[in-house]
This record gives sequence, C-alpha cells and structure tokens, in this order.
Amino acid sequence: MRHNAVYTPYHPRWHRTRVSTYWWLGRWSYFLFILRELSSIFVAWVVIYLLVLVAAVSKSAVRYQQFLDWSRNPFMLSLNILSLLFIVLHAVTWFNLAPQAMVVHVGGRRLPGSLIAISNYAGLVAVSIVILGLLLIRW
Amino acid sequence: MSDHITLHVARYRPEKASETTFDAFELPCPKEWVVLDGLNHIKDRMDGTLSYRWSCRMGICGSCGMLVNGEPKLACATFLSDYAPGPVRVEPLRNFPVIRDLVVEMGDFMSKLTRIKPWIVRQVEKPLSDGEYRQTPGELDEYKQFSMCINCMLCYSACPIYGLDPHFIGPAAIALAQRYNLDSRDEGAAERMQILSEHDGIWGCTFVGECTKVCPKHVDPAGAIQRYKLQSAVEWVKAFVLPRAAQ
Amino acid sequence: MTPAFDVVLVGGGGAGLRAAIALAEASQRLRIAVVSKVYPMRSHTVSAEGGAAGVISPDDSLDEHCYDTISGGDWLGDQDAIEAFVREAPQELLRLEHWGCPWSREADGRVAVRPFGGMRKMRTWFAADKTGFHMLHTLFQTSLKYTTVVRYDEWFVTKFLVDDGRVQGVIALELATGRIEAITARAVIVCTGGCGKVFPFTTNAAIKTGDGMALAYRAGAPLKDMEFVQYHPTGLPFTGILITEAARSEGGYLINKDGYRYLQDYALGTPQPKPVLRTMELGPRDRLSQAFMKELDKGRTTDTPYGPVVFLDLRHLGEQLINRRLPFVRELCMKYQNIDPVKELIPVRPVVHYMMGGVHTDINGATPLPGLYAAGEVACVSINGANRLGSNSLPELLVFGARAGRAAADYVAGAKDPGTTVVAQLQDEQRRLEADLLQQRGRERIADIRQEMQLTVEESAGIYRTGASLIRSAAKLRELQERARDFRIEDDSRTFNTERIAALELSFMLDVAEAIVTSALRREESRGAHQRTDFPLRDDQRYLAHSLVQRQPDGSCRVDYLPVTITRWPPAERVYGEAPSDERSHYVARGAIPSGEGV
Repeated sequence: MRHNAVYTPYHPRWHRTRVSTYWWLGRWSYFLFILRELSSIFVAWVVIYLLVLVAAVSKSAVRYQQFLDWSRNPFMLSLNILSLLFIVLHAVTWFNLAPQAMVVHVGGRRLPGSLIAISNYAGLVAVSIVILGLLLIRW
Repeated sequence: MSDHITLHVARYRPEKASETTFDAFELPCPKEWVVLDGLNHIKDRMDGTLSYRWSCRMGICGSCGMLVNGEPKLACATFLSDYAPGPVRVEPLRNFPVIRDLVVEMGDFMSKLTRIKPWIVRQVEKPLSDGEYRQTPGELDEYKQFSMCINCMLCYSACPIYGLDPHFIGPAAIALAQRYNLDSRDEGAAERMQILSEHDGIWGCTFVGECTKVCPKHVDPAGAIQRYKLQSAVEWVKAFVLPRAAQ
Repeated sequence: MTPAFDVVLVGGGGAGLRAAIALAEASQRLRIAVVSKVYPMRSHTVSAEGGAAGVISPDDSLDEHCYDTISGGDWLGDQDAIEAFVREAPQELLRLEHWGCPWSREADGRVAVRPFGGMRKMRTWFAADKTGFHMLHTLFQTSLKYTTVVRYDEWFVTKFLVDDGRVQGVIALELATGRIEAITARAVIVCTGGCGKVFPFTTNAAIKTGDGMALAYRAGAPLKDMEFVQYHPTGLPFTGILITEAARSEGGYLINKDGYRYLQDYALGTPQPKPVLRTMELGPRDRLSQAFMKELDKGRTTDTPYGPVVFLDLRHLGEQLINRRLPFVRELCMKYQNIDPVKELIPVRPVVHYMMGGVHTDINGATPLPGLYAAGEVACVSINGANRLGSNSLPELLVFGARAGRAAADYVAGAKDPGTTVVAQLQDEQRRLEADLLQQRGRERIADIRQEMQLTVEESAGIYRTGASLIRSAAKLRELQERARDFRIEDDSRTFNTERIAALELSFMLDVAEAIVTSALRREESRGAHQRTDFPLRDDQRYLAHSLVQRQPDGSCRVDYLPVTITRWPPAERVYGEAPSDERSHYVARGAIPSGEGV
C-alpha cells in the first residue's frame, strides 16, 4: 500500500480507505450478517449442552436431576433463551437463502423460489409438530 | 419540492492532497435529472476539474457506478429528485483504490474476470459448416440471468468480504463463471471449479447478500455463489462416497 | 527501429475486438495491441438493441438481402462490398454463436430471427433486445483467451504516427497517469465508431466523438459520404435513449397526436394490424424520420418541454410478449421516462443515431493511406449507401472487422519498420498536450463551443437541409475553430484529466462537423438520409457517386467524387408498402392520447 506515498509525475498515487473496525454497525444488513456469523457460537453451545444432557441421562437419575437444577439457574436460562433466538435467526436466514442456492425443475419448468422457501418452512413445522407430539405422548 | 439541490462531491487530487475532501455544489433539480446530469452540469458550468467516468447514459455500459448517499448506484439511473431536498453525497465506489475524484482503479476487477476463463471451453470445436449448437429456450434460460452482468462493480463495492480481503474473487466474477458453466455449449465447468474452489474463491463468501441487492441488472450473484457452493459440496461428497464413479 | 507491435487497434468495441481476434487467429507470432479510451466492455456497441441481419431461413436468399440493402441505401452502396457483406454475415453471426453469444432461440433450439425495417424477409438474429450488449461481451470475453493481444485500457489516442507516407502507430495518453507514449506498429486499424456527439440530440454515448475519423483525416486519409447521417425515428425525448426498431418489428404502431397511424400518408403502404415487411412501421429509417418532420409541419405532433413528439404504441402486444422480446425497452421506459409501455404510449422523436459516412476504405478495410485500416461505424466501405438498414451495422462490424484484421495481417508481413522521425513526432505531441493544453487559460468554455457546434450542425445538417443554412453553418464552424484556439482548461492535473480529453474530443468533433457540412453543401440532390429542400430529387447523372473529403495543407477541405460500384442492380426507384389505398381508417382509440404535459 502506498497510502502516504508522495506524488511523482506519471505515477499513480491511489487513495485507499481502510475498512473501519465498526463497518458492520453502519448498515442493518451488515449487522444482521454479523449476528448470523455470531450464531455459530450459539449453535456450538447447544450441541455441547445436548451432549452434556445425554451424558447425564446415561449416568443416573441423580445426575439428570443435577443437570436440570443446573439448567434452572438464571444465567443458564438466559443463555439458552439467547441461543434459541440465535438459532431461529440462523434457521430463518438459511431458509431464505435456500431458493437462491437450489434450482429445482419439475416437469421441465423451474420452480419459483418462494415455493422452495415455503417447502423448507413446511418441513420445519412438520418436524416440530412430530417432536411436540412425542413430548405430549410422553407426558 | 424545491427546485434546487446541493451535491457534496468527493474530491481527491493526488498531486495536491493525500486525503479526500468534499466540494458542495448547488444545482437546479428538474425532475428528469439523474445524478449524472448533475455531475455533467457541474463539469460544464461550474467546475471543469471534476473527474468521473460515464458513457451510455442508459444503464448498459456500466461506467458510472458510484456511491450516492453511501449506496452503490449507477449515476445515470438514479434520479436527483428522489433525494430532494438533499443534500446528496456522491463518492467513489467503496472497496476500490481511488485514482482521482470519483474514478476508481479497476485493474484488479479486470484480472479477476479473466481468471475464471469467461469463454466457451470445448474438447472438440464444432466446424462452422455444421451450423449452430442447438440450444432450447429452456437451456438459454438456465444461464441467461447470469449473462446480464454489465461489469459495473457495484456488487464489489457492496461486498464487505471484498473490502476486508481484496483477494476474494468476488460476486461478478463468480456469476460470470456460472454463466458459462450453465451454458449447454460449454464444457469448462471442471476447470473453473478448480479455480473457484481455491481459498480466494467461492468459500470466501459468507452470504451477506448485499451484492444481489445492489445489482442494477438483477443478476443475483449471491445466488450464483450459493449454487456453486452446493454443487461443489455435492461433488466433494460424491468423490468421497463413490471414489471410482466420480473419476 | 523495431516497432513495439505488429498491429495497433484503436478502439475496443465490436469491430476492434473482432479484428483483434482475427489477427490473433491469423498468426500466433503477431503482436497485437488494443488501445481504447474506455475499458472495451464500455464501448458503444453495448447499446445496440434490435439485432444483426444474416440470411439463414430456407425461404430467404443472399440476393434478397443484397437488394434490400442496396435499395435501402438509395443505390449509393457499393454492390461488390454489399455482396461480400451479405455472403459473410451469416458465417460471422454463426461464429459468434460458437463463441457463446446468447442468441434468442426457436423451440427446437435453432437461432430465431425477427423482421426488421426495410428487410423483406425475417433475417435479423437477436438476443432479446440487448443484442449489442451480448455481442460485445461475448467478443470481449472471447478475446481474453488470446494471450498475444495486449490491451491499453483507458489510453486516449491523440495522433497517428505517419512516417514516409505510411501509418506506423499512434501517440496515446494514459488517462490514469497522464503518461504520453508512442505505440509503434507496422499497421493501425481504426475502429472508434461514430460521431453522434457532433449533434445535440443523439442516441450515441458520450464517447462517440468521431475521434478515429478526425485522426485518420488529419493523417491524410479521406472521409467518405459524410453528409449521410441517420436519424432513428424513435428516441425518448430529453435523454435521446433509443427505443429499438424491434419494438415496431414486434408489432408496435407509430401514431400522431390524433391516434392516427400517419405513415400511411407517406408512401409506406396501408396499415394492417400485424406488421408487414417493408411496409408502414417497417419502412426504412430515413423515410420514417422524414415523415415525422412532415407531421410536425402539419401540426399533428404533440409538444413537450423537450420538443415535439409522436407516440409508439405497444399496448396491444401484451405484457408477456413485451417481457420476453422487449424487456430492455420496458426497463428503459420505466426507469428513464416513468412510463410503462404495457399500459401507456411511449413519446418518441427522431434522434441522430448512426453515421453512414466515415473513413474511406476498400472492401478489405484498407484506406488509401498505407498501413491504415478502418472497420465498423468509423469506416465507410460503403455498404450502407445513403441510409443504413436497421440490423446491418452489427454484422458489418463483424464482417469488416474480420476482413480488416486479415488484410492487416497480410500487410504487416511485408511492411517496413517505422523510421526515427517518430521520436520527433512524440516530442512535438508531448509539448502540445502538456505545455499547451495543461497550461491553457483562454476565455472560451469547452461546453459553450461544444453546444454552439451541436446546434449549428443540427440546424443546417438535420433531417432536411438547404444550401443557405449549410453555407451559414460552414462559416459558423470556421469561427468556432478559431475560438477553440482560446480554450480555458481549468484542470492542470496529469491524473485522469477528463477536461483535457474533452478539449481534444471537441477539436476532433469540429473537424468532423466541418466534413459533414461541407459534403452536405456540395451534394445538390436528395438521396436517402440527405434531403435538400432546394434540390428535392435524386440526381443519378451527377451524384451517383461517393463524396470524398480530403484535408488540405492549409486546414481547409476539398471534396472529390468517386463513382459507385454497380454489379447487378441498376439504380431504380425505392418502393415501400403495397399499392396505395383510400382506406385510411386505422385509428387507435382517441381517448388514449395524453396531452403534452408531463411527457
């Protein structure tokens, strides 16, 4: 970079603007993008949390009760609520992206993007209902 | 609506200063005027030293990309009256080195276009005497959208990834690669995939999606990149699962 | 001295790129430079919309395309050149198909063709209504694979190097740095396109300032048929943006303020609901633009703040057809005129579009000046005669770009190297461009002189011309040439100094304007796009000939004439439309015509 180079005739002296550290605060879409990047941390956390849960369940009822108590403390509760929000954000942006990445042909005609997005959401709803159903049957 | 509008135009004069400054110009603002008409008025009537690129004035040559109030726009397709009562800030495209005033350096962009081999690649060329390659309207539609790019570079200006890492090959170049990959006459997809699955290729993109939003020709480079990623991932899985079949 | 290149191309549009590829394919040993004042994909070929003519249908024939072109050009085209052009055009278009041009297709995958003005058969290949855009990008992207082609992007050519009567390269200025260099070569091909910016109201891009014509003229090459300037009948008022002829070939109507399809009054046939070839809206451009002027005289046009207009009606075509075949027309109308052609009438008026004349070349693109070739709009072979047919210019730049490339490749094999005088020429030019132009603080604004020149040329050399106004205009142009010596250039920077470029372009345009007005004054007849109200008839006795303007040592110009080459089609009357009919009832609904306000 020749940022502060002195001008000499017949040679370019280009001006370069450095990207500010806070560039992502300037626009809603950039901010959202950074939030989505950030969501990966929370996805990772949920995976770990689930693994801990599975480990507790497999050990003993006492360990499982300890896990539940641990999960009940306000810090864990807010962390998990935050994680849920980030995962919803991740899912929604992912589903909205899908029609741009997937080109599906049916009978020689290209399916409209909205249909692909809708079918993704429909899948999400269906899976959620199944899980909810399983839970309800248990209780 | 007022009949005048003020333009704050970025100035960079490499012989005289090392930083950008802004000059203010008060202009008439008829409803037919686009930002480019305003700049031409300044150049012809107020300050002959202002430098910028323009040519066709009908949104097809791709010369006059610049930032209007911080948004990448074609100056010939952006009406001044939409910004009334002003003021309007006009700056060179973001993420590129500035040569002078509103003129940016585009050598890097040009070399990236060349890198993805934007021409028909064939194992065997069909002789002219055999006529045209047949291509149905459906096959044409497969790549048509990606052939609409006018190289205005607004997408590079909107892409924060390119801003942070100038080695990223960028939206327009990847969309152009897809334009040829999806053309039924082309056989070069594998060659291009090698180039684009390198470090600076498609995986640099983390889907901000701004490139598609600012594209004046609805090329959807973000879509082109995501399709490429999907395709690349599928190929990788294929090669992993079916090592022989994939070869 | 050994030149830096074998061939230097000036201009990187359709013709220049086609010539570059032809050279690169002729021999891998040829060193080729493409010097262009803009990046090649910005070139004005990009704006061409409607299509490119080439005979491919089984019911069509080469002779018919020849005849249409010859009669369209009012018998001023050279028939040997036209025959070669028509023969090679389909091959060239096919070659472009092999290079990836996204031509619109029939359902079975063959290339589709559409009708076009003045053509009696459907033979216009098209890529929706962005044909020029797709052709240019295909050519540019294909040219990238030839590593022997060196590009000088954003280098402005200021002078041709002439040594011992031969052209041996160019002197060019790099915009980004202000560096001035001699780019030496054994031959130069000039492909800089037209000069629409000599006129105030034009479809042409800002870069179309006749640079190549003036450069060749100053170097000693004659300019041919410069009086023939094409007005396209349908431009948007204010911007001059072109609404392609394809809008009419798809079935659009031209109507006056009463909703009347007025072309039926001007020997162009009777209106039919569907387009009929060589009839009404599919008549040639010169006739249609002249008909507009007559409607204006009769008070049947609509006044707007940007001049009188008539209307193009596409509403009956339906949204689907417009979106599929004319998407760019719709985009341009909506973006720049705030009008949706699906529902509304498009206001249009004639607008300067194309230069039939140009640098005099033979059938291989060679000018009389050894080492100098020309192709595309900058050249005049001539295939377009007194009026070009729509969709003939795109195949022309391919056919003659390729021909000029091949001819130059042959020429350089036996050509001499440049002599040492080029060094002195470079020094002189550096002095002129730096000491003089960068420090010029005269009184005259570039924009003022440019505007006066444009109004002068339009007033005298517009659609209709008279001797008296041409004489006045010639005097005025001489005065402007004088005043242009006293430019004020405020910008003393070497870096991307567009004001210095504007001054150079204006001086080129003044030379071109002088050539246009002088040849228009000398041609005392009416033919094609050259209509003299004081000489309303075609005069084959005196003017079945090309005008040749040659620059004299004192800077004035001399006009000579060169006979037209006739092979198989002796001069005859131009006939369009069928037999005239009394039935003149084809009105468009009256209530639909907007008033002048707001258009």
